[in-house]
Amino acid sequence: MTLTENSNAASVSFENVTKVYGTDVRAVDNISVDIAAGTLVTLLGPSGCGKTTTLRLIAGLEMSTSGTIRIGDKDVTKLPATDRDVSMVFQSYALFPHMTVLENVSYGLKFSGFDKTETKERAMAGLDLVGLSGYGTRLPSELSGGQQQRVAVARALVLEPQVLLFDEPLSNLDAKLRRQVREEIREIQQKLGLTVVYVTHDQEEALAVSDRIIVMNNAVVAQDGTPRELYDAPANRFVADFIGEANILDCEISSVTGDRAKVQLGDYGAELPSRGLASGKALLAVRPNRVIVGKSGMENAIPGEIARFTYVGNHLELTVDTDHGQIFATSTDVDAEFQPGDAVAVTFASKGPVLLGE
Amino acid sequence: MVKPATQKKTAQSTLLTWLIVGWAGFCLVPWYGMEDGFFSFDWLSWGYLFDTDTAPGLFLVFQGEKLWLAPLMVFLAAPIYAVGKARTDASYSKILIICGALGFGWLIAQGFGIGIRGWQFAWLEDLFGPLGDRQFGMGYGGLLVASAFLFVFTQGIAARGAVNGDIFVVGAIGFIIAIVTIFVFYPILSMLGSAFITQENSYSVGVFFEKFTDRRLWGLACLSGGRCGAAWNSLALAILVGALTTILGLIFALVVTRTGFRFKRGLRAMTVLPIITPPFVIGLAIILLFGLSGNVTRFFADLLGIAPSRWVYGLPGILIAQLLAFTPIAFLVLIGVVEGVSPSMEEAAQTLRANKWETFRTVSLPLMRPGLANAFLLGFIESMADFGNPLVLGGNFDVLSTEIFFAIVGAQYDQGRAAVLALVLLAFTLAAFYAQRFWLGKKSYTTMTGKGDAGVHPQLPQGLAIPVFTIAGIWMLFTLTIYVMIVYGSFVELWGVNNALTFKHYLTAFSVKFGEHGVHWSGSAWDSFWTTLQIAAVSAPLTAAVGLVTAYLLTRQNFAGKSAFEFGTMLSFAIPGTVIGVSYILAFNVPPIEITGTGIILVVSFIFRNMPVGVRAGIASMSQLDKSLDESSLTLGANSWQTFLNVILPLLKPAILAALVYSFVRAMTAISAVIFLVSAQYNMATSYIIGRVENNDYGLAIAYSTTLIVVMLIAVGLMQILVGRTNVGRRMGQTRTTVQAGG
Repeated sequence: MTLTENSNAASVSFENVTKVYGTDVRAVDNISVDIAAGTLVTLLGPSGCGKTTTLRLIAGLEMSTSGTIRIGDKDVTKLPATDRDVSMVFQSYALFPHMTVLENVSYGLKFSGFDKTETKERAMAGLDLVGLSGYGTRLPSELSGGQQQRVAVARALVLEPQVLLFDEPLSNLDAKLRRQVREEIREIQQKLGLTVVYVTHDQEEALAVSDRIIVMNNAVVAQDGTPRELYDAPANRFVADFIGEANILDCEISSVTGDRAKVQLGDYGAELPSRGLASGKALLAVRPNRVIVGKSGMENAIPGEIARFTYVGNHLELTVDTDHGQIFATSTDVDAEFQPGDAVAVTFASKGPVLLGE
Repeated sequence: MVKPATQKKTAQSTLLTWLIVGWAGFCLVPWYGMEDGFFSFDWLSWGYLFDTDTAPGLFLVFQGEKLWLAPLMVFLAAPIYAVGKARTDASYSKILIICGALGFGWLIAQGFGIGIRGWQFAWLEDLFGPLGDRQFGMGYGGLLVASAFLFVFTQGIAARGAVNGDIFVVGAIGFIIAIVTIFVFYPILSMLGSAFITQENSYSVGVFFEKFTDRRLWGLACLSGGRCGAAWNSLALAILVGALTTILGLIFALVVTRTGFRFKRGLRAMTVLPIITPPFVIGLAIILLFGLSGNVTRFFADLLGIAPSRWVYGLPGILIAQLLAFTPIAFLVLIGVVEGVSPSMEEAAQTLRANKWETFRTVSLPLMRPGLANAFLLGFIESMADFGNPLVLGGNFDVLSTEIFFAIVGAQYDQGRAAVLALVLLAFTLAAFYAQRFWLGKKSYTTMTGKGDAGVHPQLPQGLAIPVFTIAGIWMLFTLTIYVMIVYGSFVELWGVNNALTFKHYLTAFSVKFGEHGVHWSGSAWDSFWTTLQIAAVSAPLTAAVGLVTAYLLTRQNFAGKSAFEFGTMLSFAIPGTVIGVSYILAFNVPPIEITGTGIILVVSFIFRNMPVGVRAGIASMSQLDKSLDESSLTLGANSWQTFLNVILPLLKPAILAALVYSFVRAMTAISAVIFLVSAQYNMATSYIIGRVENNDYGLAIAYSTTLIVVMLIAVGLMQILVGRTNVGRRMGQTRTTVQAGG
C-alpha cells in the first residue's frame, strides 16, 4: 500500500489564545489566527517570540491559559496531546533510541487501534515515502542525521494526522541537506494535501516552503500573509527588518489623496500607496536591491558619498552615506566601479519603497 | 478519529476497575488483619464470611457488628452513578472527589477513633457513651477499600483538569503522597507524640523536658575526664566521619580519574566491597586485629613489653570502622562529580595562564562542591545512624543509636526516652540536611552541556599526587588486611586463643541433613538466612518501582506543591534507620495499621529507607533523557502510562539496576532499623549475627557474614543478567558504563 491523499487534513484556529508561564511571563499574548486545511503555514520569528509555544499549544503539550483552540470543527482547548489527532516532528527528532527504525515508525500506529499486519504495512509505506525502505531494522543511532530526520517525518506521517507539526526540523542539518529536505517536506505536503504548521527562525526557509507565513514578535502576531506580501509589503518596521534586509528611512508625507500619498525624502519625492497613514512623519522601507545608486546630480535623488564598496561575486554591496543616514544597496551591475569617497546620488525603484507607520 | 473514543473508554474503565476493587474489598475478603499474617490463607474455608474474625465488611454490618463500617457503603455506591457520565460533566468530578475524600477520611477516622479498647479518645466516649465493641488492625478489606477511595479521589481531581487531566499521573502523585504520609510522616509524628507521654499515659510537656535535659544526653564531663553525653558523642563522631570520609573519598576519586595509577580497577573493586559488607563486620575485624587478644595488639605488646590494652574500644575503634565502611560511599558520590567536571572548563583555565595547581584550586574544586556536600552529608547521616559498629566497639562511648536501642529493649524499657533520643538524632540529621542546602545555595554547578566535549582531565599536580597516592595505598592495604582477617577468622577455632583451622562455624550455621523427610536444614542460621533473602527479594523491586515512579513525577511532570512533594520523598533519606525503627514500632503496634512482628513491616521499612536512592538514581538518568522523547510519544497517541512503560522504562535500565542492587544489598546488610522490627518469626541475618556477637560467638558471626558477602556478590551478578541491557547503539554507551560502575 502507499500513502495517498489525506482526507483527514483539518484547519486549525486560535481565538484570543493566551499562554502565561508562572504568574506574568506572557509567552503567547491574545493570538487569533486561522490555518486553512491542506496548507503549509510557517510560524516565523526570532527566538523567544512565542512561535514554539504556539506550536506546542496546537500539539496539546502546553495548555492555553485562556482562549479557544479548534482543530477542524472540534474544540480541543482542554484535550491533552494524547487525545489530539496531531503529530509532531521534533527539532531533536526524538527518535526512541532503544527501538529500531520500523518500531519507531510503528509506535503511533500501535496506539491507534490498527492490527499488526496493517501497522506493519503502513509503517513500511511511510518508510517508503521518505526513501528509507531498507532501513527498518536499524537503530536510530546507526543512521545519519538526514536519515534520522526522515524517520521522524515518516513516524509522524503514517498516522495521517489532522495536523502535522514541525519544530525547526532542519536546524540540525548542514546547509546543502537543508535545502534538499525542505523541498522533500514541501513535496510530500502537497502530494498528500496535509495541513502543516512549521516553526523556524530562518526567514529564507520560511519564504521557500510556505503557503503562508505568520511572523511573530514579542508573543504577538506581527504580520500574517503570503511570502510575497510579507516581502513586498511588510506591515511594520519589525517585519521589514526581519524578512530580508531593509533600509528604514525617516520621511515626510506631504499630502494624502484617496489611498495615494505624496512622500518627500530630501530631494527624492514619490507617490506611494498610503496604507492608511495620514500626513506627517513616516518611515520608508526600501529593500537594498530596489536602491539605485547613480551619478551625482541625478534627477529625483538624494546626494551621498560611497562609504564602503564590496564585490561579492554575483553582485555588489554598496553603503552610501547621506544626510538621511546610511543606505545599503546591492547592485547586479558587477562591472560598475566605485571608490570609497565618490560622490553619488541615490534613488529608489518605482515599485520598491513601502511606507510604514512608527 | 478513533482516539477520543478510546480515551473516554480508558477513563471509564479505570474508574470501574477501582470501584470493583473497592466493592470486592468490602464484600469478599476479610476486613480485619489475620492473626497468622498477611500471606497466610488459612481463613479461606467455608463459613469465613460469617465468622466475625474473618468476615468481610459487608457481612459484619449485616450481622449487626462493627456498624461504623456501614457509611463506607454510601461512599462506594455513589460513584457508580458517575460511571455512566461523561468525564467532562461537572458532576462527574464532583461526585468522585467528594466520595473519595469522605470515604478515605471516614476510613481513617474510624480506624483511629475505635481501637482495641473501644473508643480511643475520652471525648468520644463522653460524646457517644461507652462502646461495647472494639476492633483490630485493618486487613485486606481495609487495604482494598482504602486504595479504591484514593484512586476514585485522584480520578475526580484529574477530571477537573489537574496535570492536563492525566489519570495516571494524578493517581501516581496521590499514591506516593498517601504512602509517604502513612509510612514516613505518621510514624515520625506518633514518635513525637510518645515523647510527651508520661508513665500514667497522659500527655505532659514536663516529661519531655525532663528526658530531654538528661545529663546522660548532654553532659560534658569528658572534658574533665568523665563521660560525655550521648548527643555530644554522636555529633562529634558524625562530624569527624563525615569530614574524613569526604576527604578520603575525594582522594580516591582523584586517583582513579586524574592519575596514571596502575591499580584503578582494583581500587574500584575494593571500594565496592564494604558496601556489600554488613556494617558491623568491619567492627568485628577490628576487634580481631586491635582488640585485647588481637594480632596487632599482641604483636606490639610483645615487641614493646607493655600490657595489651582496650584502647580500641570507644571513639578510636568506631571511627576506624566507620571510615572503612563509609568511605566507599563518599567515593561513589565523588567519582561521578569529579568525572562530571567538564574538561573544557579546566582547559579554559589553563589557557588563561593558571597552572595545574591553580586550576585545581580555583576551578575543579569549587565545581565539585555539590559532590563534597553530598558526600559529607551521607557520611554524617550514616555515622549517626550506624548501630552495629558502636554496639560492637563502643565500650563506654555512648552514642544515640545504641542508647535508643537500650531504651527500648533494655531493662529500663522507656519508650518516651527512646522517642526523645530519636528526636535529637533526627534533629541533628535534618540540621545537616538544611546546612547542606544552605551552603550550596542556588548556584548552578552544571558543567555538562550536552555538547560534545573532547577534552581530557588534566593530571593532578605533582605536589598533590604523591600524598594522594600514599594515602590511597595505605587504605587499600588496610582494607585488604581487614577482609583477609574476616575470611580467615571464619575458619579459626577461637580467635586469639586457639588458632586451629576448622569448618566448625560454617557447619553450625549452615549444615544440611538428608533424612527420610527429604532435606533438613539443620544449621542454626538457615531460618534467618531464608527470611533475609525473601524480604530482600520482595523489597528490592518494590523500592525500585516506588523510587522510579517518584523520579518520573519529579522530572517529567509539573504540579502544584511539587517542591513539598520532593521534600517529603527525600525526607526519609535524612532519617536515620534507628529512628525509623523506633517510630515504626511506636506507630504500627496498634490499630488501624497493625503490622509489628510481621514481614510486611520489614519490607515497608526497607522501601522507605532506600527509596531516596531509587529516586536519585532515577532523576539522574531521567534528566539525561530528552523531554522531547516523551512528548513525541504523547503526540503519537500514547498516553502517559504507555509512554512511561514503552519509552522511559526501557531507557532507564541502568537506573533500575542501580536501584535494585542498592535496595537488595541494603536489605541484606541493614541493621539499624531492622534490630527493632525483627520478631521470632521474622528474624533477619544481621540481627541474628549481632545476637551471636553479644554472646561472644565471633566465629559463627564472621562465618555467617562471609557467607552473606558471597551471596550478595552472586545476587548482584544475577540481577545484572536479569535486567539486561537496552541496546541503543553507540551513543549512549558511555552513560551506561558510568551508571553501572556506580551500582
